[in-house]
Amino acid sequence: MQQAIVISGFGGQGTLFAGMVLAYAGMDHGKHVTWIPSYGPEMRGGTANATVIVRDEEIGSPVVRYPDAAVVLNNPSMEKYEPLIKAGGVLVANISLVSAPSHRPDITCVPVPASDVATQLGDVRVANMVALGALAKATKILPVEAIVQALQDHLPERKRYLLEPNRQAVQEGAQIAERGEWASQRISE
Amino acid sequence: MAKELLVGNVAIAEAAIRAGVEAFFGYPITPQTELLEHMAGRMPELGRVFLQAESEVAAINMVYGAACAGARVMTSSSGPGISLMQEGLSYIAISEVPVVVVDVMRGGPGLGNIQPAQGDYNQVTKTAGHGDSRSIVLAPSSVQEAADLTGLAFDLAEKYRTIVIVAGDGMIGQMMEPAELPPMKSLPATRPDWAVTGAKGRLKNVITSVFLDAEVMEAINWRLKAKLDRIQAEEVRCELTLVDDAEILIVAFGSAARITKTAIREAREQGIRAGMLRPITLLPFPSTAIEELLDRVQTVLVVEMNTGQMVDDVRLAVQGRAPVHLYGRPGGSVPVPDEILDVIMSLRA
Repeated sequence: MQQAIVISGFGGQGTLFAGMVLAYAGMDHGKHVTWIPSYGPEMRGGTANATVIVRDEEIGSPVVRYPDAAVVLNNPSMEKYEPLIKAGGVLVANISLVSAPSHRPDITCVPVPASDVATQLGDVRVANMVALGALAKATKILPVEAIVQALQDHLPERKRYLLEPNRQAVQEGAQIAERGEWASQRISE
Repeated sequence: MAKELLVGNVAIAEAAIRAGVEAFFGYPITPQTELLEHMAGRMPELGRVFLQAESEVAAINMVYGAACAGARVMTSSSGPGISLMQEGLSYIAISEVPVVVVDVMRGGPGLGNIQPAQGDYNQVTKTAGHGDSRSIVLAPSSVQEAADLTGLAFDLAEKYRTIVIVAGDGMIGQMMEPAELPPMKSLPATRPDWAVTGAKGRLKNVITSVFLDAEVMEAINWRLKAKLDRIQAEEVRCELTLVDDAEILIVAFGSAARITKTAIREAREQGIRAGMLRPITLLPFPSTAIEELLDRVQTVLVVEMNTGQMVDDVRLAVQGRAPVHLYGRPGGSVPVPDEILDVIMSLRA
């Protein structure tokens, strides 16, 4: 069983860090993991991407053409990755910033107002963790608790004060994905 | 020891520290800068030498000097910097002092770009600068192996008194994977007996690259060649994946091999008997290992992130006994498994 996840957004939105938290959670959960800042012909200016692979056995290629799921935090990421998600895959879209709807009937869309939720939690910078919580819940790639645990175990010392908002953000994102209350909103129309 | 999630460049740096590197001289260049950065923090902490030189030319000459004094020493760079180091490497080669060089390859030629590539294959495997000598070249394809081969690099450099190049690329350097680092080795207690350490109470040691007499120089060249032959006989390393029944043999190294591994798995799911030989030592090249597989193999495919460099060495090993095809992606473009699978399918048709 392998899942390849792309997390993409503007530089500064914490996509690389969100990927790292996912990789740590996978590793601590006994899985094989790779994390790679996105490389390849798809790379253009303006976005920062991480590809994370979580697999039960040894991982071959750390790069994929078609991810099993994508977390898109802004419009350019939506344009780039929504068409590439595997059929049956999952799209987590930050509808606070992503305006275009998905036209893919063959994927599960999980619209999450990640930036708004993060702002309500007191720090827009945790939008990445809202989205990551939603991803974990929607894909069942790892238990949401594993993501929280990874934050607790691996958040660097100088960032410890951000643990609580990050933890809340993950939980909040997971709950939004579970309730599915945004499913009929902008994104899927 | 538990596994840690490590960036490849940091794994190499920390593995070198644990292998007992005493001095690091280098100059920043993407995609290897995390290596230098880790060294800048850790080496002074341990009371060892870290120096950011004014250029790669200076860095390799500082490495040369430290190696002549018997220190365990290394540098790292990417293609443009490795080009600048060629003169120094040539002097080091004839001086027969142990040196470890890391090349985290990026797209070229020229200043190129900062994406992963394997275009330095010829530069690192065919010659150590001008003249007539070569280096041992090791090619990791995971973060764990990057750490492991860095330790091996120091062992081989000292065993053969030679340059060992760890040839990774931007992908190996910048990706994160769980890896286990080796325990900390102690620093060497004494200097080698050939080292230039001050001649008080003994005959002086002289390390030079100037031999005006052609006969003397010829003898030195043959001595270096004999050492290369010994390395070829004793130090070949490669990894075989699903080759026992393979009709299509893929030869790939480093990141390209890593990506190919997934393509092979997918090909097998479609009933195609594909296997892979991954050279771990690019020099010495595993020619004999390739040759030994040719009785069963019908087609050979070389996958590399350049326009075709290792393919020449594969053709020399195959000697016309099977068709040798190339799938190359140069300039910093990284292939995905699907496109390699397409090539495998087309070869079968």
